[in-house]
Amino acid sequence: MDTTIFLFLLQDGVINGAVYALVAIALVLVFAVTRVIFVPQGEFVAFAALTVAALENGRAPSTPWLLLALGILAAIAEVVWHFRDLTVKRIVRVALLDLALPVALLWLTLALAPMKLGQLVNILLAIALITPMGPMIYRIAFEPLAHSSVLVLLMAAFGVHFSLIGLGLVFFGPEGSGTTPLSSASFSLGDLVVTGQSVAVLIVTAALLVLFALFFGRTLLGKALRACSSNRIGARLVGIPTSAAGQFSFAIAALLGAVSGILVGPLMTVFYDSGFLIGLKAFVAAIIGGLVSYPLTVIAALGVGFAEALFSFWASNFKEVLVFTLIIPVLAWRSIYAPYHEESE
Amino acid sequence: MSAPLLDVRDLSVAYGRAEVVHNVSIQVTQGALVTVIGANGAGKTTLLNALMGLLGARGAITFRGRPIANVPLEARVQQGLCLVPERRELFADMPVEDNLLLGGIRRSRAERNQTLEQVFSQFPRLKERRRQLAGTLSGGERQMLAMGRALMARPTLLMLDEPSLGLAPRIVRDIFQILTELRASGVSILLVEQNARAALQVADYAYVMELGAITTQGSPAEIAQDSRLVESYLGLGGNDY
Ligand SMILES: Nc1ncnc2c1ncn2[C@@H]1O[C@H](COP(=O)(O)OP(=O)(O)OP(=O)(O)O)[C@@H](O)[C@H]1O
Ligand SMILES: [Mg+2]
Repeated sequence: MDTTIFLFLLQDGVINGAVYALVAIALVLVFAVTRVIFVPQGEFVAFAALTVAALENGRAPSTPWLLLALGILAAIAEVVWHFRDLTVKRIVRVALLDLALPVALLWLTLALAPMKLGQLVNILLAIALITPMGPMIYRIAFEPLAHSSVLVLLMAAFGVHFSLIGLGLVFFGPEGSGTTPLSSASFSLGDLVVTGQSVAVLIVTAALLVLFALFFGRTLLGKALRACSSNRIGARLVGIPTSAAGQFSFAIAALLGAVSGILVGPLMTVFYDSGFLIGLKAFVAAIIGGLVSYPLTVIAALGVGFAEALFSFWASNFKEVLVFTLIIPVLAWRSIYAPYHEESE
Repeated sequence: MSAPLLDVRDLSVAYGRAEVVHNVSIQVTQGALVTVIGANGAGKTTLLNALMGLLGARGAITFRGRPIANVPLEARVQQGLCLVPERRELFADMPVEDNLLLGGIRRSRAERNQTLEQVFSQFPRLKERRRQLAGTLSGGERQMLAMGRALMARPTLLMLDEPSLGLAPRIVRDIFQILTELRASGVSILLVEQNARAALQVADYAYVMELGAITTQGSPAEIAQDSRLVESYLGLGGNDY
């Protein structure tokens, strides 16, 4: 392999790795705050890409309908689980966030879609449509199980994954689509052609990671979320509302998923079920980071992206298998060196 | 006389099928320091956890005149109930100062900063170590941090679960000194202790818990007179442990 090919693969790998990093830190965050291994994280990625693709064609995407469906389910869940303490405040919040917001976004989407207002509007609309899905899913599927074991939560996560795949097929159909690059510029560095899209991916990912670090390192809200993972009982004892913390972490996860979807849209053809593989690769990175360390997770995600690029060059038929095989030595190494952790609670 | 700040009636707590706290009734009047003493496994921790809302329970709990038995934990914190748990439950991977600030998370920023200064003047040791990770503190410092974190919420009633556990007699004295200061400043305190001698010295009223039930109650002087209790809890020698 000569340097040009190596550099090309490196570029490819780093770009994919950057996207995996965003998905992976969302997984780590959600696990830290709620102990949920959020299998369906990839679905946000696919749905966001499909949303932008539809908007680019001047079609109204089905995303707001999906959002409305989730909102109705969340409202029902709220009424069922909190029947005994349904305050006026609670009902107003449910009506606004679960019903009024999706309807407003639906109206906005239907109005804006035919106008083809351009990339920025499409992206913002996609983010606005995907992000509220996170807390809704948390309230429908995970909040009632908040005190269950990690295994029960994982099974629920698989349930949500299969439901979302099903809903994805219904709402988006089986066709795949791609989106236009964020930037069509390209320039050459020696023998290597660097595309504007890859620069955009790197800048957006780096910026989000910095924001993420600042939020968790500097703000009290971010520290409160960390407290939930540091000591769950302690967090409850100081009065951190664990349900709100869970919803918030799911909102961030959905937001990160939406941004990832916008970044991968131009890189591949996205289908309604493409998210699973992306999520699974990010999961490999998250496991390498031990589901706790953000920096390690980001490095691991870049490594997974690079390994994938190398494998697709050497043995493209076995690329996925080889990527997932990476997890075996890591798990073996962790189980030898990691201290034994008792599961708390 | 006005109604007590905390009024617990016939509280029973079970783990699954095994009931370990049976029909316990206790009261804490406003501004008082009340202690519950009892041997290992008597059910003291279980009682406090149920009062805080960490465990479900049967029976009535009235706090500041309102029934709170069905109120979730975070709302109890909001109403001024706070627990320093037996296992401290600190945020080990965060600095002392962040642990304290999180203790005041339900307060306004101004109130939080003001209370932080108060806590630092009560526990100068915590101020010196404000940047140190909570997990690396010594046992005594961890207890101080757990108390400081609870005080950051500005509790009306502070519940402490064996604050003297595993601490050297000198530090126990410091901690109990702080408890009396807190009481003087108007915080009501419910103190659970195995170190009966120390607890009876600072308390206004005492309950003795045995095998999950309250068997004796009275002023600390009365309890200290009871020869049977003296034998089982206070020991015949001068040993506090
Ligand atoms: N999670 C649990 N499941 C089942 N039984 C429990 C549980 N926690 C405590 N118990 C039992 O309940 C009883 C009371 O325990 P508790 O911790 O309340 O005692 P304690 O008075 O605080 O004791 P100590 O002074 O040793 O802290 C004990 O017999 C204990 O074994
Ligand atoms: Mg105990």
